[in-house]
Amino acid sequence: MSSNFKKIIEQFPILDKKESGGNLVYLDNASTTQKPLRVIEKESEFYKKMNANIHRGVYKLSEEATAEYTKAHQLAADFINADSFEEIVFTKNSTESLNLLAMSLTRKMKSKDRILLSVMEHHSNLVPWQMIAKEKDLILDFVEIDDQGKLDMNDLERKLKLHPKIMSITQMSNVLGTINPVKEISRLAHQAGALVIVDAAQSAARMPVNVKDLDVDFMTFSSHKMYGPTGVGILFGKKQLLEKMEPVLFGGDMVKEVSFSSASWNDLPWKFEAGTPNIAGGVAFSEAIKFIEEVGMEKIREHELELNGYMISKLQSNKNINFLGPIEAKERGGVFSFVVKGVHSHDLASLMDEKGIAIRGGNHCAQPLLNYLGINECPRVSFGITTTKQEIDYFWDSFVAAIKKIGGRL
Amino acid sequence: MNFYEREEMMELARNPKNKGTILDAAIKIKEVNPLCGDEVTIYANVESGKISEIAFDGKGCVISQAATSLLTEELKGKTIKEIEAMGMEDVKNALKCELSPSRMKCAMLSLFAIKKAIKNYKCGKNE
Repeated sequence: MSSNFKKIIEQFPILDKKESGGNLVYLDNASTTQKPLRVIEKESEFYKKMNANIHRGVYKLSEEATAEYTKAHQLAADFINADSFEEIVFTKNSTESLNLLAMSLTRKMKSKDRILLSVMEHHSNLVPWQMIAKEKDLILDFVEIDDQGKLDMNDLERKLKLHPKIMSITQMSNVLGTINPVKEISRLAHQAGALVIVDAAQSAARMPVNVKDLDVDFMTFSSHKMYGPTGVGILFGKKQLLEKMEPVLFGGDMVKEVSFSSASWNDLPWKFEAGTPNIAGGVAFSEAIKFIEEVGMEKIREHELELNGYMISKLQSNKNINFLGPIEAKERGGVFSFVVKGVHSHDLASLMDEKGIAIRGGNHCAQPLLNYLGINECPRVSFGITTTKQEIDYFWDSFVAAIKKIGGRL
Repeated sequence: MNFYEREEMMELARNPKNKGTILDAAIKIKEVNPLCGDEVTIYANVESGKISEIAFDGKGCVISQAATSLLTEELKGKTIKEIEAMGMEDVKNALKCELSPSRMKCAMLSLFAIKKAIKNYKCGKNE
């Protein structure tokens, strides 16, 4: 591990033995990431020095808060190479961003119109579409995957021939680790006349993401998976598309003029942010962006690739472990789900917990994918900026001991 | 003592009692643990207000298998009223150990199922 990354780890209070009193080996970064001190302090600093509602007061404090919150949108825009803060809507989380899109984009859709998803979607990029499909009699199609958990591009082309109005797909699977070729998917989907939505919840803090290069219409992600606070989600949309869309939440701040009988909408992005938003969270999120940009997205990806290779060699060392997703380190993000015959993920997670290791079990909010793969649940370890090879070694030794204890075969 | 350190529990999970099905059971119910998607199906027959026969089927973690084995043993011969009065404490007593709140759900799944089934049974419904 480079000294650079050692210095990064030191910034996380929860991983500091003295500070937290524990000895945490945190391998559940795909669920949520831990927070560096500067992000935690930024949120409390906002409340200590800057707290006021935005877009309301004419006094200095409110104007400062408004400027900071707007700046957070601009930083998020710069982070993914969007044109301006007007293309960035803050929501509660990635799930809410996807719900907003599902509700707003389907308003004028007709019976039997199609929406294309993939079998590897998180529940957040499935259930909102399901609900609306039932309501409006729309048809959902799903692109399948091959035996390495990679998107079946032939199946994609076949299903694009059905002319979906929308294609919504994850950039990186939270179960398989698979990184989808979003640029190519977007090109093909646009050719077929579909709007393209990319769920970047897993990828945004793991690899450089550039909405112009990828040429996507919408992108959604979450602050809390990017070393930022919970309660802030991001929705990117191309300006000309957001302008045409109707909001889905109504009330304060999202309006320009209101009479007893009607209302007109505020400018972008505020027309989609009804009510008082998570101002302090949004401001602290901008600190998280600065933090990961200072580390450097290329460096973060490089670090993860090194961990991926290390983990793959461990997983491949035993033929009784079946790990899901691509076998090439570069085709995946730092998320590893695996199956060991006779071992339940929650037993494994409990035994790991006894060793201070946090891993995830269950269905990872992707039940249809697990059923598609013929399983109900599986353990998952997921890396982040703070993960080290030593932690992977410690996990591995504890894992082997635990499997023996619960009678699995290794 | 830690659940996973107890050999008798691990043995019970590997070879649970009452595992199987009962054809045409008067009581039959399937319940799912949403956290992991584990399923349990419980089958039982009732004679003069008491559980005369009971079996369960389904995959699950070590805790759920051991707990269901212990629970089905305990339910044999119990009256419907007695089962209705059972709760988390009974499961804890049977397991003789403390579990974290999330893992307690694994242990409670079968009791939830049988209590729901009894409610249905009394209304004349069977799933």
